[in-house]
Amino acid sequence: MTISPAITSPERRPPRLVGLLPWLFAVAVVGYAMVVGGYAATVVSFALIYAVFVTGLNLFMGFAAQVSFGQNAFAAIGGYGSAVLTATYGWSPLPAMVLGIAAALLAAAIVGFPALRLKGHYLAMGTLAIGLITYEITVEWQSVTQGYLGISGIPPFGIGPYEVTSDRGQLIMLALVVAACAFAAARIRRSRFGRALSAVAGSEEAATALGIDVSRYKLMAFLLSAGFAALAGSLFVHVVGYVSPEVFGLHMVIVTFTMLYVGGIGTVAGPLVGALIVSLLPETFRAFKDYQDLAYGAALILLLIYAPRGLASLFSPRGRS
Amino acid sequence: MSRLTLEGVTRRFGGLVAVDDVSFEVPTEGVTAVIGPNGAGKTTLFNLISGALPPSAGRIVFEGQDITGRPPAKIAAAGLVRTFQLVKLFEDLSVLDNVKVGCHLQGKAGLFAALLRPASARREEATVEARARDMLAFAGLSAFADEPASGLPYGRQRMLELARAMAAGPKLILLDEPAAGLNTEESAALARIIRRIADEGTSVLLIEHDMTLVMNTADRVVVVDFGRKIAQGTPAQVRANPAVIAAYLGTGKPAANDAATQEAAHG
Repeated sequence: MTISPAITSPERRPPRLVGLLPWLFAVAVVGYAMVVGGYAATVVSFALIYAVFVTGLNLFMGFAAQVSFGQNAFAAIGGYGSAVLTATYGWSPLPAMVLGIAAALLAAAIVGFPALRLKGHYLAMGTLAIGLITYEITVEWQSVTQGYLGISGIPPFGIGPYEVTSDRGQLIMLALVVAACAFAAARIRRSRFGRALSAVAGSEEAATALGIDVSRYKLMAFLLSAGFAALAGSLFVHVVGYVSPEVFGLHMVIVTFTMLYVGGIGTVAGPLVGALIVSLLPETFRAFKDYQDLAYGAALILLLIYAPRGLASLFSPRGRS
Repeated sequence: MSRLTLEGVTRRFGGLVAVDDVSFEVPTEGVTAVIGPNGAGKTTLFNLISGALPPSAGRIVFEGQDITGRPPAKIAAAGLVRTFQLVKLFEDLSVLDNVKVGCHLQGKAGLFAALLRPASARREEATVEARARDMLAFAGLSAFADEPASGLPYGRQRMLELARAMAAGPKLILLDEPAAGLNTEESAALARIIRRIADEGTSVLLIEHDMTLVMNTADRVVVVDFGRKIAQGTPAQVRANPAVIAAYLGTGKPAANDAATQEAAHG
């Protein structure tokens, strides 16, 4: 091996069509749900809401390689913000959503500032605590959240006189939101900001030596992630019309982690693919009746054995898109 | 005019004095090397200069500003950029993107520029792309621009780290054992690149074990042993210095020990 002077810089490769496959899959699934409607539309709607959440989780865990088991806290703040302001105080959904997200960002800034000094397992434990504390608050603060009973009568999402009430209308709205989120993630990835996050993920020491303010970028990624989580929480309550503490409990943490890893952590398409697959798999095993969970578990294990970096990574050149 | 001045820099770890009252200057021009046996405190000295560790005493002045105890990212922003003894690449990024990260300090674009991509951000991105490709050409890595950084052989990873640090546009670059793990041929190529960096106006301060590299590239050598500066001068002067020879070959103490052992045997 020698260090030889440069020959010529290679031409930029044309974008590989195979990289579009995850997106085509997503479009096909949403299209199918749109045509069939009913139960399929509901399942896919929930999957799309999860996709928003997981896209945010991916910014923090995939792009910046940090760990958070507590993003459900920010979904809860966004969700309950929307629920309380609309159902209890009669606000219209859009300002309620905006305020809910703002509250989640504020909470993320307050807890993120000290929590992000932790690393690895300690950060994981710290963030897990944030999620658990928020869950307890939603249970105990009955005068506002009505505890386990939950809040019902939350109006569907709408702007001014236009309300999105039909299954198909909601699907279209959610698909547009997911597309915007994925677009944002793709743009972040190919930017100075995104490269700084990758640098933090690669080596904090080397990033610092190149003048990158590591703690600032970690906090930014955490805030972004919290913003996406709050948006997802708010979308959920407006689509379902009801919220209770269980919605944003530990189950959400487990499901969204599964989605992130099955879809492909650190990729742009991964969160959407993961959210769709993990939501649809149990449905496809309905025929197995009693063995449905067994088949679902086996399928997840097979996926992680044969696509350890996630499904989306199978379609991108370097295992990342 | 000196680029960097160390005044009585000291670092203690409990009872151990790793760097003991070290003072020297790095002039604006040329290559300055810090040499010394293993464990002499060279890497600690580098960590003090780059801000990874605060000194216990003393002052570090860079370009007329006191940078003692400043956080490393601020020191890098002032124009003092380091590389590492063990290569620390961003392994998931391509070779080109690694160098683009090196351009971080050259740009301003933040989150909103990333999302909205206004004309100014597109211009900045084009500049970064061009600069990164220039740096790759400089390090002889153009052919690998789109490869993942982790796939490069070790010698080229070292060159990539150098290209990435140079992309930051440093006034002074600190190289921590840049020739470690390189073969003779690679080491010679590295020496040429270090000379070019110095000739193009970036001051170079390097720590090195590879004496061939030091003798071929350095204009000045500072020798440390047990945390203290024991000699300073041109490579030729340093090579002839008895204190340096003693530190490297150990002519002093082991000879005395031998004599003592012999005496004991006779007695």
